[in-house]
This record gives sequence, C-alpha cells and structure tokens, in this order.
Amino acid sequence: MLRLEPRPEASRLMSYLSPLLAAVLTLMAGMAVFSMLGKDPVEGLRLFLLNPVKDLYGVSELLLKATPLMLCAIGLAVGFRANIWNIGAEGQFMLGTVGATGVALYFQESDSSLILPTMVVAGALAGAAWAAIPALLKTRFNANEILVSLMLVYVAQLFVSWLVFGPWKDPDGFNFPQTAMFGDHALLPVLMEGTRLHFGFLIALTALLAGYAFMNRSYTGFKMRVAGEAADAARYAGFSANRMIWIGLLTGGAAAGIAGMCEVAGPMGQLTDKVSLGYGFAAIIVAFVGRLNPVGILFASLLMALLYIGGEQVQQYMNLPSSISLVFQGLLLFFLLGSDVFIHYRLKFGRATA
Amino acid sequence: MDASLFTSMLFATVVAGTPLIIVALGLLVNEKAGVLNLGAEGMMAMGAVAAFAVTHHSGSPWLGVMAGMAAAMAVSLIFGFLTLTLQANQVAAGLALSIFGVGLSAFIGKPFESIALPAVPPIRIPFIADLPLIGEALYNQQALVYLSWALFWVVVWFLYRSRAGLVLRAVGESPASAHAIGHPVILIRYLAVLFGGAMAGMGGAFLSVFYTPMWVEGMVAGRGWIALALVVFATWRPLRVMIGAYLFGGVMITQLFIQGSGMQLDFPAQFLSSLPYWATIIVLVVISRNVNTIRLNSPMSLGKPYRAEG
Amino acid sequence: MTSPSPPSSTLPPRLVLRDIRKVYPTVVANDGINLTVAPGEIHAVLGENGAGKSTLMKIIYGVTRPTSGEMQWEGQAVTVSSPAHARELGIGMVFQHFSLFETLTVVENVALALPGKPDLDELARRIEAVSQRYGLPVDPRRHVHALSVGERQRVEIVRCLLQNPRLLIMDEPTSVLTPQAVRKLFETLRQLAAEGCAILYISHKLDEIQELCHTATVLRGGRVTGHCKPAEETPESMARLMIGKDLPVCEHGSPTHTGEIRLRLAGLSHASADPFATDLRDIHLDVHAGEIVGIAGVSGNGQQELLRAISGEEALAEKFPVQILGVEAGRLNPGQRRKLGMCFVPEERLGRGAVPTMSLADNAILTAAKTQGLVAGGFLSFSRARSFAERCINGFGVKCGGAAAPARSLSGGNLQKFIMGREILQSPRLLVCAQPTWGVDVGAAAFIRQALIDLRNRGCAVLVISEELDELFEICDHIAVIAKGRLSPLRPVAETTVEDIGVWMSGLWPGSELSTDSAAEVAHA
Repeated sequence: MLRLEPRPEASRLMSYLSPLLAAVLTLMAGMAVFSMLGKDPVEGLRLFLLNPVKDLYGVSELLLKATPLMLCAIGLAVGFRANIWNIGAEGQFMLGTVGATGVALYFQESDSSLILPTMVVAGALAGAAWAAIPALLKTRFNANEILVSLMLVYVAQLFVSWLVFGPWKDPDGFNFPQTAMFGDHALLPVLMEGTRLHFGFLIALTALLAGYAFMNRSYTGFKMRVAGEAADAARYAGFSANRMIWIGLLTGGAAAGIAGMCEVAGPMGQLTDKVSLGYGFAAIIVAFVGRLNPVGILFASLLMALLYIGGEQVQQYMNLPSSISLVFQGLLLFFLLGSDVFIHYRLKFGRATA
Repeated sequence: MDASLFTSMLFATVVAGTPLIIVALGLLVNEKAGVLNLGAEGMMAMGAVAAFAVTHHSGSPWLGVMAGMAAAMAVSLIFGFLTLTLQANQVAAGLALSIFGVGLSAFIGKPFESIALPAVPPIRIPFIADLPLIGEALYNQQALVYLSWALFWVVVWFLYRSRAGLVLRAVGESPASAHAIGHPVILIRYLAVLFGGAMAGMGGAFLSVFYTPMWVEGMVAGRGWIALALVVFATWRPLRVMIGAYLFGGVMITQLFIQGSGMQLDFPAQFLSSLPYWATIIVLVVISRNVNTIRLNSPMSLGKPYRAEG
Repeated sequence: MTSPSPPSSTLPPRLVLRDIRKVYPTVVANDGINLTVAPGEIHAVLGENGAGKSTLMKIIYGVTRPTSGEMQWEGQAVTVSSPAHARELGIGMVFQHFSLFETLTVVENVALALPGKPDLDELARRIEAVSQRYGLPVDPRRHVHALSVGERQRVEIVRCLLQNPRLLIMDEPTSVLTPQAVRKLFETLRQLAAEGCAILYISHKLDEIQELCHTATVLRGGRVTGHCKPAEETPESMARLMIGKDLPVCEHGSPTHTGEIRLRLAGLSHASADPFATDLRDIHLDVHAGEIVGIAGVSGNGQQELLRAISGEEALAEKFPVQILGVEAGRLNPGQRRKLGMCFVPEERLGRGAVPTMSLADNAILTAAKTQGLVAGGFLSFSRARSFAERCINGFGVKCGGAAAPARSLSGGNLQKFIMGREILQSPRLLVCAQPTWGVDVGAAAFIRQALIDLRNRGCAVLVISEELDELFEICDHIAVIAKGRLSPLRPVAETTVEDIGVWMSGLWPGSELSTDSAAEVAHA
C-alpha cells in the first residue's frame, strides 16, 4: 500500500523538479487524450511540441505568445507572494487594451514618437485603475478580492464589447466589431525582420528583472513575503497590510494593462472583441508553475505559450477544437498542485506503523 | 404595475434564481465542513455539458440531470483528492478546477453547439395555483424548481437537526478537535465536496436542459462565482441563500424585461448585462463591512488545510 | 495537608505500558517507556517540555499508534485504535488545549463525543447531575465561546466523566487555573480516585505533584529516568530526575534606583472588534526604568488584548492612553513605537515572533531593520542582517544551523532565545514580553529570566505578562493582576505572596468593582 509520510524538512530539490514533473505528466495525459479521441498520440505530441519550434519563425511566435503571459504573471506573482489573490488579470488586461486604444485612436493622424510611450502609460494606468477597485473594496470594506476582481472581468468583457460594437466601431470596417487600424506610429516596432516579434518582448524581460529586484532585494518586497507567509508576524513587525494590498493589486493591474497594450499595439493593430485569448487566466497558472519567481515564470511562460500554439496546430491539422489548450492548461495546474505534495511528503510503500 | 407583468417577472425570477439556489446550497454544505471550493464555475460547466449531451442522446432530461451530477462529482473528486489527501492549497486547486472544467466542457461541447433540445414541459401543482398574488407565478414551474425548495428543507434539517450535520459543523469549526474526539475528518470533507459537486452539476444541468435548452460555450457566465458570493452574502445560512438567490435572479432578468417592455432607455445592452456582476460586488461589500458578522458566522477552519496526525 | 497515600492494590493494574517506542522522522519521542497504574491511583507523569509526555498520552488515547511496545488494559493486551475505542475501553482524556467547538453549546459539544444519537434534553440533565456531584458547575445551554477558560476545562472534564472512565488522563490541567481553582480541582480528582478511577496526571509543576499524586514516572528525552513516590521526595530530587541536574537559580540582584517612567497606561480602555476577545477597562500602569513589572493572570482575561494595545498591533481610538517614553503612542503602529525605543516579544513564537520558513537572518530584519541599519535606500543589506543574526545566536547561546537556518528548525527554547536576543540586542529602553518561557526547557528558561534581570540592571524598563506565577515571583520587582480586562494596583513582590495574588486573580482585589456580593458569582477562573 502506498502512503504519504511527512518529510522532516521541505525538499528544495523537489520544489525545482515538481514543475518539470507536472509538465511531463501533462504531456502524458495529453497523449492519452489524443488516443481516446482516436488520433495518433505521437503525431499529436509532435504537432503540439515540435512543430511550433521547428524554425526561427516558430520560435519568434513562441516568444510573441509568451510576452503577455510573462508580463501578467510577474505582476500577479508580486501579489500572490503576499497572499493577495488577484484573479481579475483578464479584466485588467482588457482595460489596458482600452486605454492604449483610446490613445491610439485619438492621435490617429499624428506621427509623434511620444505616442507609443503614452500608450504604454495609458495601458498601465487603465489596468491599475481596474485593479484599484478590488483594492479599495478590500481595504475599506474587507470585501474578498477574488470575487470582486473576477466579477470585474465579466464587466470588462462587456465594456470592450460595447466599445467595439458601438462608439469605437470602425465606420469603414464593414460593421465588424473592431476599431480602425492604428496608425504606424502607434504600433510597436518589430524586433526581427520577417517575424512578428516586437518590442513588447523586451518590455516583458525588463518587467521580469524589475520583479526580481523588487521581490528579492527590496524592503517592500520583503514585507510582502512576510505578509504572505505569516500574517501575524507582519502585523507584529508593523507592516501595513493595507499598503501591501494596494501594491499587490496595482502591480498586477499595471502589468496586465501593459500586456494588453502590447497585444493591441502588436500584431493585432486594433481593438476587437476577440482581443484576449484568456491570457489573464493563463497567467495565473504561469505564476504558479513558475513558483512565483521570475526565472520560473520565464520558463513557465514559454511552456504555456507552447500549449497555446500547439493547440492551434492541433486544431488546424487534427480537426480538434481550440479549447483543447484550455484543457491542457487546467491539467498542468492540477498536476503541479499534485506534484507539489512531494515537496513536503515522501512516498512510502508498506503498512502504516503509526 | 399590472398583475400579468408582476406574474411574469416573478415567474422568471424564480426560474433564474433556481440554479443559484441549488449550487449555493451545495457550496454551503461544502463550506460548513471547512472546505472552500472555488471550482464551482467549472463544476457547473461540466454538469451543463454532460447533461446536455446525455439528454440529447437519450431523450430523457432526467438521465441528463443525473449525468450532469455525476460529471460534476467526478471533477470535484479531483479537487477533493488534491486538497484533502495531497494537502494542496484550496484556492489554487479551486481555480484550477474552474479553468479545467470550463475548458473541458467547451471541448466536449463543441459538437453540440447548434443543437436545440425539445423544451421540457413544466409541472403543474394545483393547490399552489390558489395562493393569492404569487400562486400564478409559482404553480407551473419546472420540476427542478420545486426540487430546489425541497432541497432547502433537506439542507436545513441536515445541518441543524441531524447528528451528521452537527458533526459536519464541528469539523468545519475545528478539524483538530473533531479528530481528537475521533470523527473521520477527511472522510466527512470528501463527502461534503462530493455533495457540493453534485449540486453544482444539478445547477448546471438545469441551465442547459431546462432553462435555455441549448449548449453554448461560456453559458454558465459566472453563475458559479456568483453562487460563491451568495454563500458569503448569506453568512452561511440557508434561508438567506434562498432570498439572495431570488434577488439575483431578479437582477438577471431585469435586462430582459426592460428590453421586452419596450421602454426606451439609453443604456446599452451590455450595461444591463453587467448588472448581475455589479450587484454581486455591491452585495459582497455590504456584507463584508462588518468584520464581526463574518467572524461569527463563517466556519472557522474555512480554506485551511487539515493534516491528519499520524 | 496530609500526604497522599496510595490505595491498597489487590486488583490487577488498570494500565500497563511495556517498552513503548514511538519514532517520528526527526525524533524518537518515546524510547522504551514502562509504566504501571493501579485502580484508584493518581500517577504523575513528570517531565519538562519536549520530554515525550504528550506523545505517550496520545498513544494511550488512541490518537496515534506506537512504533513498537505493548499495552495492557486491565490485564488484557490491547491496541487502542482510535479515541472512540479508548472511550469504549473506559479511558477519558482532558486535553491541555481543549478540543471544544466554540459556536456550539455545551450539550452539543458533549454529544459529539458520545456514540450514537443522544437525546439533547436528557443529556443536559445528566450533565447537570455530574457537575453537581463533582463540584464542577457548568450550564449545559450556554455556548462555549461565552465561557471562561476555567469553565471550558470543566466542560472537558464533565464530558469525560459522563462516560464513566476507569482511567482519566489530565494533560497539564492547572496552567489555566488560579491557585484556589487548583485546590478545587484536586478535591474533584481525589474524589474520583477514591471511587476507583485511576488518574494519569501530566505536569511539570513539582509542588502540585507533591501535593496530589501517589506515584510518579519521570521522563526525560523520551526515556524514563525514574519512578518515585512524590511524598518521599523533595522538589530538588524530582527536579534532578527531570532535568538531569540541579534547578538553576537566578541572580536576582536588587532593583537599581528606578528612574523615569518609560511606559504609562493612562486609563486604557478598548473594546475589541473580535466578539471572542476580552475588552480592556480603565487600565492604569506605570513602568519605570530599572525595574521589572509583572502582570499575572489566568489565560483569557485580556492579556493578549493588552499586549496588542501596547505593541501597536491593535490600533486604539485615542493616542494618550498608551505613552511610551513620554510620547502619546496610542495611534502609532508597531514600527513607529519601535522607533521610540520599545521592543517586544510576543507569546507566539512561530508565526508571529518569527516567520517559520524564513532564515534567522531574514527574521532579524523583521524587527531590527531600522534600529540596526539593515535597510539602505529601500534595499536590504543581507550581510548586515546575517551578522546581526549571528550576534544574537552567539550572545544567547542559540543552538541552530547558523544564520541561514529556517526558524522552524529550531527547538522552542532556542527560538525563544533567538527572539529574546534579537529584541534585547537592539538595546531597547522599554522591553515588553509575554509568556517569556512558555514551552521552553528549564535550562533556556533560566537563561531567559537571567537575561531579563540583567537587562533591568542596565537601566531598561521591563514589563512581563505571564501565566506562571512562580516565574513572576522570581524575577519581578512589582506585580499586578489582570482579571476580566481590568488591572489591579501594583504591589511590590517582596510584600505579597502567591496566595494573595491567587485571590486577586479572580478579580477580588480591594477597590475592584467585583469585591462585593457579586464576588460569589465570579468563577475561580
């Protein structure tokens, strides 16, 4: 019989291996899913894992997809470390797209080089403002931030829908729910010729570095870590819980907002009602799988981007619905939570002696 | 307002509130045992898609409901295993369940997307028809509506009049003490999780088989999350869950009635659709303001993992 | 007081433990324990914290199973598989940390521990009958959260007695009682023993064991170091069995010329938002430089609330009720109060005084960040944090794996020494500590008490809130009592006795509103 026996000390090795174990288990489950659907599992795995990265263009697409995930996830990680559960990154992302689009449309005729930086700021502010709502309601009224930020996701989706069906609809757009295309100066410059990889990727990398410096080296980051690990100790030390709620939520919101800006100012070049493919939720998984630290988030973003692109490949070549990526995302998080048990417990055979 | 408008509004409110009642009562029992399952949205979605698929293939809506319950229970078992046996963080596991459940249901439901099921005839209960004022609206409802009322009484009896309910509440308050006295904490929590799953599945089944007999990706539209908020709003008391569910049902159908009544309002359709979500936020704020109320009524061990002593 | 005499034993022993071993991943909690208890015998299990007493009791009560060894109940070999099984056999246990459910009534709580579906009304009658018979007044209809700590203990005992136990295990029962309530409890236990019930009495309090128990088994480090009859021993001889050497004694010295007022509580009143907490009412207190003031009291009378009001963890409505070094500090947070020169040690080590998963160096940053210059320009200086942590470790003899060791890897005593060291090495002008030696082994406890005395001798003002009267009498210059959120006047320790303070702990000090005929209603706890 199998038993779980507590370890005397948490295993550091397992905390690095556990995400890998989870990834492997997810892929194995994936193969099982493919066979159950009557498709060749090896082919499915090939399409999922190898096809996307078979050439430089594929790699650039991978990095492109990973960009919004990295940005959102590092912002969320700051809050998660302090036990501040911002689940509404999806909504903050959308508000970021709105903020950036607003600037782009307003200055459509202009060709100033200040447009892009203004769009970044606008995206960040809009995302942060949307995150400020749960922050305010939690600090003033003790309202649970999970539910509030989540409700606001639905509201944000409806808001974007209203904008693109209504006041911001492109008059020359054949009545499709989309805005006019952005002018050239409102688009992020491409990093590599022949690819769609743009400057947003560098912004994401910078955000990861900033996140590292903040979380691991700054006093405020220290305070947030304490708050996440032992709330009473934080109170004993005099760390202001309210301030940390604000920092945690606003950081997540701003990061998601910038990610939103990068999406509309990148390959899309406009705002449509299909602007988000669930990046805000995927970023939550990325943050967990990445163990809430910047290096882990980098790798986890790449893995998640692979799942997205692999899903598209499988949809195209094997005729499976694109929601298969969502299934894999959920499975990845399940397996991660399951594998984490090995950090604190050991697997033992035999009868319990106690 | 004239009688027939009132009647139709009450009728629609009851219908809209029913899935919320069912799911929220399941979550209530779950949380009374100390387990916070944020995966309600995913469980409802699984229940909806399974019920739809089985009803479509078998022709029997009741088989569909049972299939929905079974599907939701199956995914809730994953959550239970992760949090109760493997000691995973309940918030993270619940989120994973939501994402997975919604995704898997979208995946399974793809082939069913443009199919409409035949409408299920409602059940007439004659003596209710004679009730003044509200009788008109209540006597001709779907069977699950009446079932939701019965469920309310069952839950109340279980929690407050039965020994098993007493033990469950004790487990929710202090699993360590319950264990020290010798009650099987983990087993009781598993049962609570499965019950919560079954109810979420039933609520989801109601949506796809009775309410709008169609399957659309994303049709649960946040009701699972609203049910979670409802339990907080009701400070973990069954009667308040009923009242809150009907209030929300009312908010949800407001949009339909404003459009249907031909009133010319300048509000865009999306604004009206967002009302239930704003209502949830407002309700959460109102009830959470008083820290005392939450403290006194919420199960003390809610959300905290419990490790059985070896 | 006549010394207890063991009953004549013609019956088989009620409980026999032979070579019981319990091995955990990190420690051998019990190593070859032998124990025999006869019917009607009050048998002490003596040992300091960490000696293995609780583990042994868990084995007897079926909460856990031994790794090896044999247990015999009334002559038959048996393995107790669960607490329900233990209750069936006739073993009852009163836990040190009660296993009661606060939002339920007394009847409901008792019902949960009984098999089957007892009728609640009939059960209430039985509860009243038992509580009358054994002098343990308890009202079955009340909700547990409304009961005092002593009343809750009575519920625990009544719950056990209702099942007619033949062996009753009491785990550190007197830590929550006034001296008078302890006397009453002993009467109850003697009555039970006279009726043939065997009693296992777990404690580390030598004087109580001498007064009550017939026989004693002494544990140290998981092993039995001796069996004895307490009546024939002295506290020193039992202490030697318990800790392996003589009890350390503190160098008290005399209080230095007391100087300025470092802490003043001026009519502090605070109603807590928490419905389960005690409200503080009109508290007046002055603590001077160069003296140690102690506040005694039974747990649950407002100590935690008082500490939080002084430390700043609980914000007050006004600033003047708490004055630290002359500054009105009522609305300052803990960080701001530390800047004024106050340090403090909370009663909970892991989770409040230190973050369990973080290293000692990181935990040093927790309170010493500003006073020791561990933060520069918003960024942490890890090297300075490490060296400060090392100073704490070396200066206070903390046994650990270095400054990088996580806090939870330390034993209770060592962690407490580290936290004390961290606060004391910041050279505070006012030190407030709560339960400074709770759950700490005797050697570390003596060290900590000496450190407090030395601090006082250097001119610091020290306030100690503790539930251990002996400790307070050992180190304090002045003592007061907190009861139901009110504070008694200060008395010099030299001019009072444990008995007097014991009376005050019920709230019955001269001038308190309770020392009238309503005193009869006040529970002894």
